[in-house]
Amino acid sequence: MRIAMTSIFVDDQRAALAFYTDVLGFEKRHDIPIGDDFWLTVTSPESPDGPELLLEPAGHPAVKPYRDALIEDGIPLAQFAVDNLAAEHERLTNLGVVFTQQPTDIGDAVIAVLDDTCGNLIQLVEMKQPANDGGAA
Amino acid sequence: MSDVFRALDDETRRTILDELAARDGQTLFEICSTLTMRHGVSSSRQAISQHLAVLEAAGLVATERRGRSKFHYFKPEPIAEIARRWPPGKRIDQ
Repeated sequence: MRIAMTSIFVDDQRAALAFYTDVLGFEKRHDIPIGDDFWLTVTSPESPDGPELLLEPAGHPAVKPYRDALIEDGIPLAQFAVDNLAAEHERLTNLGVVFTQQPTDIGDAVIAVLDDTCGNLIQLVEMKQPANDGGAA
Repeated sequence: MSDVFRALDDETRRTILDELAARDGQTLFEICSTLTMRHGVSSSRQAISQHLAVLEAAGLVATERRGRSKFHYFKPEPIAEIARRWPPGKRIDQ
């Protein structure tokens, strides 16, 4: 079993696609109209065969209270790995991205949290050394 | 003043103040992650949230909304008040 796809809810799918591609640097994989919405996914150019992120419309009434409560407490809904968090933080800040948590050293990793402008907080993680995968090769 | 002493009478709450004094303006998520990773505090988010409520009620922490998130700030005034009442270097019998 593999994790092929995960999803986040976004306020506006077109604005989300622009942020996740133009700003974060992901690539569009699927963009299929379904009614008024789209089945819209992105992948990382660094791992094109890796998991897809589904940018799902946030119309369901349960979504708003759920996300509002998480955003208030600063809790991110997804984590993306980066090689150099300081460089990404500078690049994204220069593009106008707002961080709710500045780069923070937590021991084995450096983390930061940004606002994706579509209703979610996203955590960036730079692992200081390769994660121990239990020895599988 | 008694609520200030009660708020300070807890190691986790004192550690929270240490972290906010070192970097002011943190979300609950950031406070929880630094407590866990730097101090080995294994309390739940709900427990930390309750600790923050005690600190806020005592005037030691203030919160501010920026955008859609809530940030916590260290307020040293109640501690300064204690120092004013019992100033260091001033003997009562003088």
